[in-house]
Amino acid sequence: MNFELSDEQRALQEAARGALSRHKTVEAARDALDGGERLDLWDTAREVGWPGLLVSEERGGAGLGGLDAMLVMAECGRVLASVPLLGHVPATAVLDAAGVGDDVLGPLAEGERRAAFVGAQPPGDLTSEWTVDARRGHARAPAPRSEVDGDVAVVTGEAAWVPDAPGAEVLVVATVDSDGAPRAVLLEAGADGVTVEPVVRYDATRLLGHVKLEGARGTVLAAADTELAAAWYLAQGLLAAESLGAVERALESSVEYAKERFTFGRAIGSYQAVKHALVEVLRRMENARSLMYYAGWARQDAPAEFPLAASAARVAASRAEDFASRELISVHGGIGATWEHDAPYYFRRAQLSRRLLGGAGSATDRVAGELLAQAGAAPA
Amino acid sequence: MDLNDTPEQAEYRAKVRAWLEEHRAEAPVLQGEGAIQDEDEAIAAHRAWQGKLAEAGLTGITWPKEYGGQGLGPLEQVIVNQEISRAGVPGLLDTIGVGMLGPTIIAHGTEEQKQRYLAPMLHGDEVWCQLFSEPAAGSDLAGIQSRAKESNGGFVLNGQKVWTTNAQFAAFGLLLARTDPEQHKHKGLTMFIVPMDAEGVTVRGLRQITGDAEFNEVFFDDVALDAEHVVGPVNGGWGTALTTLMFERLTIGGGSEGMGYRADRFARAIGSDPAAARDPEVRKRFGELATDLLALRFTGYRILTALQKGQIPGPEAGLGKVTVVNAAIAAGDLIADVVGPDALDVEDEWNYLISFLPGLKSAGGTEEILRNTVGERVLGLPPEPRLDKGIPFSELRAKEREAAGASA
Repeated sequence: MNFELSDEQRALQEAARGALSRHKTVEAARDALDGGERLDLWDTAREVGWPGLLVSEERGGAGLGGLDAMLVMAECGRVLASVPLLGHVPATAVLDAAGVGDDVLGPLAEGERRAAFVGAQPPGDLTSEWTVDARRGHARAPAPRSEVDGDVAVVTGEAAWVPDAPGAEVLVVATVDSDGAPRAVLLEAGADGVTVEPVVRYDATRLLGHVKLEGARGTVLAAADTELAAAWYLAQGLLAAESLGAVERALESSVEYAKERFTFGRAIGSYQAVKHALVEVLRRMENARSLMYYAGWARQDAPAEFPLAASAARVAASRAEDFASRELISVHGGIGATWEHDAPYYFRRAQLSRRLLGGAGSATDRVAGELLAQAGAAPA
Repeated sequence: MDLNDTPEQAEYRAKVRAWLEEHRAEAPVLQGEGAIQDEDEAIAAHRAWQGKLAEAGLTGITWPKEYGGQGLGPLEQVIVNQEISRAGVPGLLDTIGVGMLGPTIIAHGTEEQKQRYLAPMLHGDEVWCQLFSEPAAGSDLAGIQSRAKESNGGFVLNGQKVWTTNAQFAAFGLLLARTDPEQHKHKGLTMFIVPMDAEGVTVRGLRQITGDAEFNEVFFDDVALDAEHVVGPVNGGWGTALTTLMFERLTIGGGSEGMGYRADRFARAIGSDPAAARDPEVRKRFGELATDLLALRFTGYRILTALQKGQIPGPEAGLGKVTVVNAAIAAGDLIADVVGPDALDVEDEWNYLISFLPGLKSAGGTEEILRNTVGERVLGLPPEPRLDKGIPFSELRAKEREAAGASA
């Protein structure tokens, strides 16, 4: 039994924190909203080897595990860094599992080229369909359709709000065939029939794109449906980790201020109303951390539990981030709601993250569905 | 990350499992179908079962060998708990004694006390109860008023304790009393061993929301205690009490899944109602509370990892109690919403859980005091100004009475 980080994982964390500390990322989050250019830290990511984190060593990657990637994401989340790993890492995991050639994976592992994962939410206990985020509204949209023409896949369909799609050279797309069965397809972003419309919403550090595929021709990947599902849940886990990092920083900042701001002759952190709320942030943060470890462990050692573990991590981290970012504002009083403070950028990050990749709500439903299915609930 | 047993642990687990398989038929049925109905009979059978577990080396896992324990680590204790739960047999009758009070005596007692009390405790021949909380002192435990006055080389005890589990059949209690009210409140306390059959000890059942009396109130009228009943230094009882409270944290924190507050159990209840299993509102509420319960399980593994490395869990481990109690309350609410009024029927599986949890919120310290402790010791937030520091306890009580009188 050992359910804590290894020395290597702590070193990875420290190295990530060090690499990111050289940049004024939170200021950059503000500047980007003010019309400045987004501070893209892909080059930093390349220097420390993050693009190849999950690519096996014989293909030029680091051959690390899902938890390692989550730890890096948490460090990025702490400082609101814009590093397009949320799209790249799951895409490379699918490609690695599919056993594509070094010509494809090598440059991706090295970071010379960037990939994005156009993922689809796998079926659950009540649904048999693979779905993607719609541009607007509550309903899920069907995953893009693909047909096979010789050894070429022809893909048609749309996926909205795809993380890190703008600027990616390679798209790994979760499509379905005419029977609704999943099929992984590798597309060059520059191919005919591929359109990526960049979108910025509320948090300008986040690269998002609406992907439109109109008869786009790509390569069928030898990735099983379980691999496509695992990549979706990996993205859930990475997003959870990013949120957890933001919670850590929000709590530190809130606690620091609660110790130095005085009202009625004493520090505001001495009042139970403030103290208990900050302990609530801590409680949610530690719960989210335990579930992130669970997700990391399950991906490797208990793949059947990975959908449950990653969804639960997403739910806990999203709710923690929501609570922590609001508390960060409240503890700081009026100043916390001003453009010059850091709090609004943590709040913006939380607001947008919560609604991406199916939204935290569908992850909550997935936790329920997985457990009900395990318990042998009668199918609908 | 590795949740597997080491080869040594796997071997130990196999040994424990084999013993339980062999002796399962001898275990009494205390719950569910075929359970022993008569309370005295059930306790006698449970006591005998603890004796068998003790003979087999399945009690006092972490106690030193010289006092009849196994001298093993917290992981082995968890293995035994898991295997007992897996075998579907009862655990110890006296978890409070073996889990908290025995370790306190081991840490602070005299050699004579260890020789006299520990072995019968381990075998269930003498069950123990914890006499700490009082009607006017729970979260603020150092505010207790039970008074032990020195007299003829011994002490005379007067006062009242409450929330005392197992007092109705306990042989001894570990009791915190005030020996010097002229010192300030944490200073004038002393820990005692009290024979429950001593003259002047009265135990009365205290009925709760469930309608059952699982706890007791215990009254002491001029109970005579000798110097050899003192555990640890006279007027140094606070330090002794902190040891007990640390072991209490370990016991409560590690036991939530054993108490049946598990996501899979709640999932079966909801899943057996197909309309509920499809209902988005039910699924949302269940998904949220199940997430908390899962988090608790994996936080438990983190705590075990720390224990295995010889670290003692800090106050933050107490947050697990906040999580489990609130998640289980949410589960009880949800299941009752799904089932309807029948869930509240006294014969129903969920009646007890629903009635028991509101009180559990305050057990082992209220949620509010826990948040204070964690906020101050873990986050380093400043304490609230206190009015009880640096003044003798007798003076503090007078001030409290005056303030209460003024507002009345």
